[in-house]
Amino acid sequence: MAAKPKLWYFCGRGRMESIRWLLAAAGVEFEEEFLETREQYEKLQKDGRLLFGQVPLVEIDGMELTQTRAILSYLATKYNLHGKDLKETVRINMYAEGTLDLMMMVAVAAFKPPEEKEESLALVVKKAKTQHFPVFEKILKDHGEDFLVGNKFSWADIQLLEAILMVEELDASVLSDFPLLKEFKTRISNIPTIKKFLQPGSQRKPPPDSHYVEIVRNVLQL
Amino acid sequence: MAGKPKLHYFNGRGRMECIRWLLAAAGVEFEEKFIEQPEDLDKLKSDGSLMFQQVPLVEIDGMKLVQTRAILNYVATKYNLYGKDMKERALIDMYSEGVADLGDMIMLLPLCPPDEKDAKIAQIKETTTNRYLPAFEKVLKSHGQDYLVGNKLSKADIHLVELLYYVEELDPSLLANFPLLKGLKTRVSNLPAVKKFLQPGSQRKPPMDEKNLEEAKRIFRIK
Repeated sequence: MAAKPKLWYFCGRGRMESIRWLLAAAGVEFEEEFLETREQYEKLQKDGRLLFGQVPLVEIDGMELTQTRAILSYLATKYNLHGKDLKETVRINMYAEGTLDLMMMVAVAAFKPPEEKEESLALVVKKAKTQHFPVFEKILKDHGEDFLVGNKFSWADIQLLEAILMVEELDASVLSDFPLLKEFKTRISNIPTIKKFLQPGSQRKPPPDSHYVEIVRNVLQL
Repeated sequence: MAGKPKLHYFNGRGRMECIRWLLAAAGVEFEEKFIEQPEDLDKLKSDGSLMFQQVPLVEIDGMKLVQTRAILNYVATKYNLYGKDMKERALIDMYSEGVADLGDMIMLLPLCPPDEKDAKIAQIKETTTNRYLPAFEKVLKSHGQDYLVGNKLSKADIHLVELLYYVEELDPSLLANFPLLKGLKTRVSNLPAVKKFLQPGSQRKPPMDEKNLEEAKRIFRIK
């Protein structure tokens, strides 16, 4: 019997959150080991478990996978969330790369000095409103289907919901000009596995605060 | 009949070079339309060709693909350079991402402010010899095979060898203690399609010089 996937990361969003979302949406139970001290991190490195000395690390199917996108791609394929053929897969990848870029900007902003952080986050909201969300609104409008690709729930839908919620935390009105995205948000949020993940007490992590930033700086010696 | 893939980018390496390498190594002929003025980029944006208003853009098989990784993964799958199953693909992805991380640092070096440049170069050299090259050398050593994954050429080998050329350009001595990587570099460079691409007159782009940097800044409106 296969063991549950095990996630090694800090107790916060960072580069692991999209992986948590994907597993949760696929209905896959997973375990987490939280990095809190430098010693834990050094031990992982010394034991040779981190290919490039970095987390995220996901133990799954007998592999020790690092590199966020490698992990996401593996999981998406494994749980049938990566399209039915190459042309669908490439569209899912394109959409997912776009939303991942946006969310990484938010993750990185947490580590900037206060003024730069404000600027960065404002830029995220601007990009979301002018670059990303209009594109996804149009995709939904053009095919009139419930999901972004191939009329079937995929990794691209999970990423987009995650990105919408993240940007809404920065600006609650961000979807005001995007009626189809509002419907999309409701529809995807109501998928049972996702609904469960959105409830308090799930493994979903809160936005980064100063405590989280301090732990990460400490462990990574930034 | 399918036309050749068409690459839209400025006439330099940037984020398109790894795509050029992969297509070339796969023996695929491709066309290039160079963005020469900011207005050319504006036009691509306004005619809806660029999903997220960014290049690279590759027109292939009736699609307008953006996002470097999406493009690379499509090409790799199409030309059988992506392993035989999911697990091999995961390893190929992991290795390719590591290459991309170091590759990005080297690629962005010309944009580094002059007073920070020496420190940045030192940092890159340190991470090259302490983090990245040892990781790949260890992979090759662990199985003793000719290629990184599954005893078969994959996108991971092509990306890594491309990177090794850039590491060499930065400082040839950096490769000194990595015999298996040197072997991989030679082996892959001698594959007929790669050998051809490495010759003068191919579509491979030279290192960025002052003129090329100014051009890129102008086109992409970077200050």
